[in-house]
Order: sequence, then structure tokens, then C-alpha cells
Amino acid sequence: MGHGSVTAGRQSISFRRRSVIPGFGLTFGLTVTWLSLIVLIPLAALVLKTTELSFERFVAIVTAPRTLHALAVSFGISFAAALVNAVFGTLVMWALVRYDFPGRRLVDAIVDVPFALPTAVAGIALTALYAENGWIGSLLAPLGIKVAFTPLGILVALVFVGLPFVVRTVQPVLADLDKQYEEAAASLGASRGQTIWRVVLPTIWPALLTGFALAFARGIGEYGSVIFIAGNMPNVSEIAPLLIVVRLEEFRYADATAIAVVMLATSFILLFIINRLQQWTERRTTER
Amino acid sequence: MTIDVVGVSKRFKSFNALDNVSLHVRSGELVALLGPSGSGKTTLLRIIAGLDWPDAGEVRFDGEDALARTVRDRNVGFVFQHYALFRHLSVFENVAFGLRVRTGKDKVPDAAIRARVSELLELVQIDWLADRYPGQLSGGQRQRVALARALAISPRVLLLDEPFGALDAKVRKELRRWLRHLHEELPVTSLLVTHDQEEALELADRVVVMGHGRIEQVGTPAEVYENPATAFVHDFIGETLALPAEVRAGRLYAGDRPLALDSQGTADGPARLLARPHDVDFADPGDAPFAGRVLAVRTFGPVRRADIEIAGRDGPVVVEAAVPLQQDLATGGLIGLLPRKYRVFAASA
Repeated sequence: MGHGSVTAGRQSISFRRRSVIPGFGLTFGLTVTWLSLIVLIPLAALVLKTTELSFERFVAIVTAPRTLHALAVSFGISFAAALVNAVFGTLVMWALVRYDFPGRRLVDAIVDVPFALPTAVAGIALTALYAENGWIGSLLAPLGIKVAFTPLGILVALVFVGLPFVVRTVQPVLADLDKQYEEAAASLGASRGQTIWRVVLPTIWPALLTGFALAFARGIGEYGSVIFIAGNMPNVSEIAPLLIVVRLEEFRYADATAIAVVMLATSFILLFIINRLQQWTERRTTER
Repeated sequence: MTIDVVGVSKRFKSFNALDNVSLHVRSGELVALLGPSGSGKTTLLRIIAGLDWPDAGEVRFDGEDALARTVRDRNVGFVFQHYALFRHLSVFENVAFGLRVRTGKDKVPDAAIRARVSELLELVQIDWLADRYPGQLSGGQRQRVALARALAISPRVLLLDEPFGALDAKVRKELRRWLRHLHEELPVTSLLVTHDQEEALELADRVVVMGHGRIEQVGTPAEVYENPATAFVHDFIGETLALPAEVRAGRLYAGDRPLALDSQGTADGPARLLARPHDVDFADPGDAPFAGRVLAVRTFGPVRRADIEIAGRDGPVVVEAAVPLQQDLATGGLIGLLPRKYRVFAASA
């Protein structure tokens, strides 16, 4: 009894538990050190820099119409692009996992291209395609659709860079899904559509949310490809990362960091929410 | 409902999974497809369910062509080996699945679904688990959910693929008895695939023994055990003591010694004499048709077994014989074996 309560007491103070898996102290120490060096210290410096500003000044900077608009463009279009990727990325992934067609391996490799291609190259290529005299732009122009140098162009660029995130996170989950689940659904009288909607989608849902979050995060931070295609008109197609660069070029470092801090906080909150949502769906599907 | 399988063949690349298989299942019967892995029993079950299609042959439900229908329209209840429960749905919703997917004029009202699912969960005795998720259940409970889900659509046939394969021995025995009981209460024509002979013999009205993509024998559990039609069935079902012999001019020989045993019309050539261990008596080595050296004697509970080495055509063969408890058997001594009841098959069969 006595001995037991002593051990229990010690456990409640330290979160280190007895375990057969060794190396907790080492790995935890390294994790904290590494995270601090790579992520936390630079972010802290960022926040520290904004303290040079008075609170009123900070509020004035981040609520300036141009800042608000840039933030809205960045977050709104990133969100839309992530949605588009969630839908079409799932379709691409479905085709890659479920069907064996000639050139499947080639298509599989092409999906990764946005990962590797310098984003500026992607931006220039997309601009050339979607400009009014470009291959695709010249087809859209008679319909009155302008892509390059408009917010729509930003969407196209963000869809491009975000696609592999959705495909690559969901692909292994669908590949692991045993076909017996679909057979079971069919034997119970479900149509193909019902099987996908009621059985397959709920299973890949957590992975899809993760892919969505990654594509979304990538979209918020994207700079290189967007600035070429966006036109960068203040209050129309100017993204927040570009506004930060503009402020830096004007030597208004504190202003730049103020915008960055707002982006940082907003992204963190949004990703945290998506993460929790993903954990919630995952717990429902794999409850032990 | 009756099931007729006529001349069904199926190849997977170079592997002959089913070779001209025909089978008739009577209405309300519980039939076990029994065989070692690779015997084609699961393939046959999947073809009947509509999850696979044969290369040749017919499948008829009540005389009507079943191959023209997809699995969705065949109205079969299929219980998968690993249950295939939908992990994101509660036990209740798993069972309700087959009713919820009915749309249009077949749509089942919510109240009717509730009533039907509750009734089924009660039938399989897990009504208290309705709100749990499959991940929170034990193997035996999952098995019951899978069965309730398959029964929810009021299937014309119930098909079970190794239903107890993933369970431990004790639960398996319990569920087996319960399934037999359930079948008597709810006489749906049922087909069960298993590699466990005890399961097949205890559970089924009739047993279909399969080997190498063919049906070796169809019969009641007693028939296939007492009167195996082929050497394969004799070997596969129950314990077998196999003694090497040879048929020459219609007479049975062990080596060069003619035996006072019936060759049972087996063709000339190498033969095997197969007997149940308890049908073989011990005798004086000089008088008995077979003799060998005792290598070891083992006792587990009421059963005693002896390893006996006897001379075969191509060197010594070790057979396992049943030893009566009162008999003394010295390790290393010579002993004679006298089969009382036996079957003779050509050695190649």
C-alpha cells in the first residue's frame, strides 16, 4: 500500500512514466532543443520586434484597409484553393490508387512536381498560360474570364502548389482500405455511390482533413508563384506575404513584423482547429 | 431457397481455383464447405455471393439464374472472415446499414429500422452494445454484429466465410453452438466455409469436402467420417493411420509378404491402407500383417498415442497408433498392427 502510494505520488509530479521504450529523456530533450532553435526562437524574435510599436500603432497597422484586404485575400483564397484541392486531389488520388491505366506511374510522379519546381518558375509558367494572349487565357478571354493578374490567378497558383499535399496524404489511407468493406456494403444492397459516400469517404476523412490543412497552410505561406500571376494591385490582388515584403523594402520593419504576427496567430488558430477536427474524426473511426 | 451450382470453373492466372464444380444445396440447409487452404472453397462461396464471377458454369437460386444479378441484387447475407464492420459507424448503424441504403419506394421508415435493428441485436444477444463502435468490441462480439448486419436485409441465403477463424478456441466453441441454435430458430439456407473439420462436422447438416478445386465428397458428417469416398477425404477428416502396401494380381502385399486382407478391388500397383487409429489393434509381431518398432509413447488425458516405425517401399515410415490405456508398450520393442476396419486406395490417389 505505502509503497504503491509513493510511486503514484512520484508519477503525478513527473510526467515521465516507467516504460520499456528507452530514450524518452534523450528524444524529448532533443525535440525541445531542435524546435526552439528552428521554430520557437525565430518566432519569438518576430513577436519581440513588434513590441517596438505602441499598441495603438500596432492596431492601426493591422487594421489598415490595405493590410486587412491583403490578409483576407491570403486566407480566403488559400482556403478556397485547399477546398478545390480536397475535391480534385481526391479524384486524382482515387484514379491512382484504384485503377491501373497506361502511364499510371508517370502520372503518379507528375503529382510531385509542384513540390520540387521552384515556385517562381511555376508562377511564370502559369502566367504565360493564363495571360490574355496565353494558350489557356486566349480561350477564356472571349468568355470574359480573366485569370492572370486577378484574384482568380492567385487561386490557380495556390491550387497548383497545394495539389500534392492532398494526394500524398490521402493516397496511403485509401490504398490500405481493404476491398472487403466495399464488398460488404455492396452485399448489403448499397449502390456504388452509396458505398463511396457512406463507407469510403468517412474512412479517408481524417487523412483528407490533414491534406486540406497542409494545402491550406502552404497556400497562406506561398509567395513565389503568386506574385507573378497576381498582378499585386493593393486592395485587389495583393497577398499578405507580398505586403510584408513591400514594408520591408520601405524599411518599415516593425510594420512588416506586425502583419507577420497577425498571420502567424491566425494560421496557428486555424490549423489548430483543423487539427482538432481531424483528431475527432480519427478517434471516431479508429476507436479502440 | 435452393442453390444450384452447375459445372463452375474459375482460374486465377495459372492457378485452377475451381474445376468443374457442381453442388446442390437444399432449402433451409446448413452446408459446410470444408477443405485445406487453396482448395477453392472461398472462391466458390464468393462466386455464389456474386463477389466473383466464374469462367464457366451456372449458379441458380431457386432455379433462376443468379449470375445475371450483381451482389447488390442477389439478396445474400455475407459474413466476412474479418467481419468487415464499418469502423466509423456504431454497432446499431452497422446493423442498420442494409436498411438505410434502401431508397425510393423501398425506403424503410426510421421507426421500422429501429425496431428491426433492436430485434436483431436482441437475437444475437448484444443489444446492450448498440452504441459502441466496432473498435471497442471483442472478437466474438464483432462476429455477432457481422451476423446481425447480414441478417438485417432478410437474406435468401446466408454465406459465412471462415466465421470463427479469427477467434480463440473457447469463444469459437461457444459461438458454434450458438450459431447452430440460431439456424434452427431461423432456417435460412446457409453455406459456411471452414478449414476446421470439427467445426464442419459439428455444425453442418451436410459437409462438402473440397480439395484442389474439386469436390471430393458430399455427405452428412457421419458419412464423410465413416465412409470417406477418397483417400484425400480419409486423410483430411479425422485421424488417419496410413500403412504402405501394394496390390499384385488383386492381392494385397506388404513388401514381399502377401496379406490376409481384402484389397477392396483396388487396381494393381502401390497402394495405401488407411484406417482410423482406434480401428487398428495391437498384435503379436509374427501374426500381424504389419509390424514395426515403437519409437515413443505419449499420453494426453484419456488418449495414448504411439509412434511406430514400419518398413515402407522407400524406407521406413512412422505412423501414429492409438494405444489402449491398459496396454503396456515398451519403447524400442517390436509390435504388430492388425487393422480391423480399413480402406485401400491406390497410392497415387
